[in-house]
Amino acid sequence: MRTPKSIYLFFLPGLLLYSVFFLYPTVSALFYSFTNWDGFSDAFQFVGIDNYQRAFTADSIFRKTIGNNLKFMFVVVIFQTLVALAFALIMLKNTKTTIFLRALYFFPTILSSVSVAFIWAFIYDPSLGILNRGLSVIGLDFLAQNWLGNANIAIYSLAITQVWFHAGQMLIIFVAGLQAIPQEMYEVAKIEGASKWQTFRKVTWPLLAPSATIVVAYTTIQSFKAFDLVFAMTGGGPNYSTEIIATYIYSVAFEGYQFGYASAISVIFMIIIAFITFLQFKALRSDRVSY
Amino acid sequence: MLFRRFSLIVYALLILIPLLVVMLTSVKTLQETFANPLAFPEGGIKFDNYIAIFQEQTMAGYFLNSTIVTLFSVTLTLLFASMIAYGITRLNSWIGNALFVLFTLGMMVPAQVIMVPLYSLMLDFGLTNSLVGLILVNISSTLPIAVFILTGFMKTLPKELFEAATIDGAGNWQMFAKVAIPLSLPSLSATAIFLFVMHWNDLLYPLLFITDNAYKTLPLALLEFQGQYSTNYPMLFTGVIIASAPMVIAYVFLQRFFVAGMTAGAVKG
Repeated sequence: MRTPKSIYLFFLPGLLLYSVFFLYPTVSALFYSFTNWDGFSDAFQFVGIDNYQRAFTADSIFRKTIGNNLKFMFVVVIFQTLVALAFALIMLKNTKTTIFLRALYFFPTILSSVSVAFIWAFIYDPSLGILNRGLSVIGLDFLAQNWLGNANIAIYSLAITQVWFHAGQMLIIFVAGLQAIPQEMYEVAKIEGASKWQTFRKVTWPLLAPSATIVVAYTTIQSFKAFDLVFAMTGGGPNYSTEIIATYIYSVAFEGYQFGYASAISVIFMIIIAFITFLQFKALRSDRVSY
Repeated sequence: MLFRRFSLIVYALLILIPLLVVMLTSVKTLQETFANPLAFPEGGIKFDNYIAIFQEQTMAGYFLNSTIVTLFSVTLTLLFASMIAYGITRLNSWIGNALFVLFTLGMMVPAQVIMVPLYSLMLDFGLTNSLVGLILVNISSTLPIAVFILTGFMKTLPKELFEAATIDGAGNWQMFAKVAIPLSLPSLSATAIFLFVMHWNDLLYPLLFITDNAYKTLPLALLEFQGQYSTNYPMLFTGVIIASAPMVIAYVFLQRFFVAGMTAGAVKG
């Protein structure tokens, strides 16, 4: 059956906005990355691959931001996935308690990053923060830290905040995935005399792989996009120890007025994200089974 | 069993304690907070911070800006995305598939990647310091995920429905309004909630495009309170509570829909 031509009109408003405010800027990021544009003057020159060369060979801060991003990503992906999975496994059944608790754990997800940043700035505050006070109450004074001011640990403090922020969301995704596993599978495993670990490894895990793929991929992308949280909590400091690629692009462009160079970093950023997403889907897909 | 219960309680406290501290701090003075951040206020609960923040800041204005930007962004994103989803579903040819890929590519690219060229574009169009500018950028940034979710849903609708409607002489617009939209309500409501949370909480675009107080939204205003109030946490947390109130109230009543909506973007993938 033929669809009338008026169908093309349905794409018009969305496609128009998407082209102007998304596709065009994406392409022009690539264009500006080969220039020395400052963002405001009319004149700029083409500088070939100078910006890319600078990013990879001459800019030690950029290298540091990639390292910070990776540290942040690994801590968040590992902790958040494990916490979400462990709690999903122990609250699978729908009872009044589990439904209430899931809603509670999920709660931080609906807050703005700025709100979460303020809450955790207060928790981490070296003098009146509740974390250090709590530690001294239970006699663990020696663990007290300047959580956001110490360049060695600040990025991990931010990672913990991110886990608090989004673990509940991942937990729900796992619960949905686990509840979709047919109960008969477990009954068969029980009859066959499988141990708890064997049941997890052979029944739960392969069937869980699709949700795990989603959680890990989503968490990774989220950890690269954590601009708001970092910007509001540390602004990239102290001494660039929490500067991630996204906040660095912002400071190079809007504080350093080097739009050309910032565009080159944006392009590299885009390639990194595409590459990681691709790798994860490839790696986790191989573990996928369907029944 | 005991360990399980213990873990559940610990996690619950990790969420509850910070939230209670925020509420408690907002009804304390700065001195009381410095004396003991966890204690109940000695002088009793006071709402002075709430009064002060409305006097010192144009809170009502920020609130109104956030409301306008969110309402328009959500409604228009939903409208345009469902039109595209309908188009892709009905076209059912390589053009439809190509457009689907084109839109979903947008989900892979973080907003921060295009912030530099987008900024100069907005400057050229005179769309900085404008709510209309914010709304337009918001729509284009959430269109991909909305198209993705809605197309996934509309493709599951039985084709016979559309065919029967065609035989009855219904055109595309009628079919869209009378068949596709009513049947997609579950998916539309989930997407709507997802979009509400995204747009209400967005910081990046206001940060980039708004410098005039008259057009600031709540997250940006809140961020700037930090510069003004520094570590005056009672004031900051009062701001946090006012800015989060609509979402929190909605969450309490529409919990199930929130959970469905906020995971729809992820689960459908």
